[in-house]
Amino acid sequence: MAIILPKTLQTSIFTQMENTYPNEGGGFLLGEQKDGDVFIRDVIQVENVFESEEQYHRYAMTPQNWANMEDKADELGLSLVGYYHSHPDSPAVPSEYDRVHALPNFVYIISSVVNKQAVDMRVWLLQDDREAFNAKELVVED
Amino acid sequence: MAVIKIPTPLRVYTDNQADITVSGATVAQILEDLLVQYPDLKPHLFQEGKLRNFVNVFLGDEDIRFLSGVDTPISDDAKLRIIPSIAGGRVAHRA
Repeated sequence: MAIILPKTLQTSIFTQMENTYPNEGGGFLLGEQKDGDVFIRDVIQVENVFESEEQYHRYAMTPQNWANMEDKADELGLSLVGYYHSHPDSPAVPSEYDRVHALPNFVYIISSVVNKQAVDMRVWLLQDDREAFNAKELVVED
Repeated sequence: MAVIKIPTPLRVYTDNQADITVSGATVAQILEDLLVQYPDLKPHLFQEGKLRNFVNVFLGDEDIRFLSGVDTPISDDAKLRIIPSIAGGRVAHRA
């Protein structure tokens, strides 16, 4: 399985993450699954609702954010295929906190931001047994 | 019969069905019936017999935690929804 992300959307994610630095930022990934790959069609920025003093290492959305986005995706004929967030001054790899709060069959894009510069983006999927994330191929298309 | 909406990533465990018809007089009974129909959902909704803390169940627009939790009574035409709380973050230390 590969995750196909248009370059313009990657730039949009990086810009958002650099603007939210030194705090974490995030949002939803809308798209579709086709021939075993996931095609990202849109990214939707969502405000970080974690306590402000903890946002340097935590990101959260409300359940209402999820419900609204899932309904919107249905209207657009797309699916809620994943979510993205940043790890400021930290690698683009999932933490234990990420794993505990994760769902399978859901694309996790993590961006590493160092000194307000987005330096890395990686894609992860939770194993079905919830024990670990596995890295997936990210294809950024012009 | 009540209907419960399944979040997109978990529909792979419900034969890609978004809305599942379920029976029960309380939220607990509704969830029990859901897991009888689709047992593969269980590890993603429950941990040690309790709803995972990032799994929310809504009755209409109300989070059941602000009603009577899993003991919340359910009418025959109730609309329920399972909604994950998205959360993440890097390891907890300042760089």
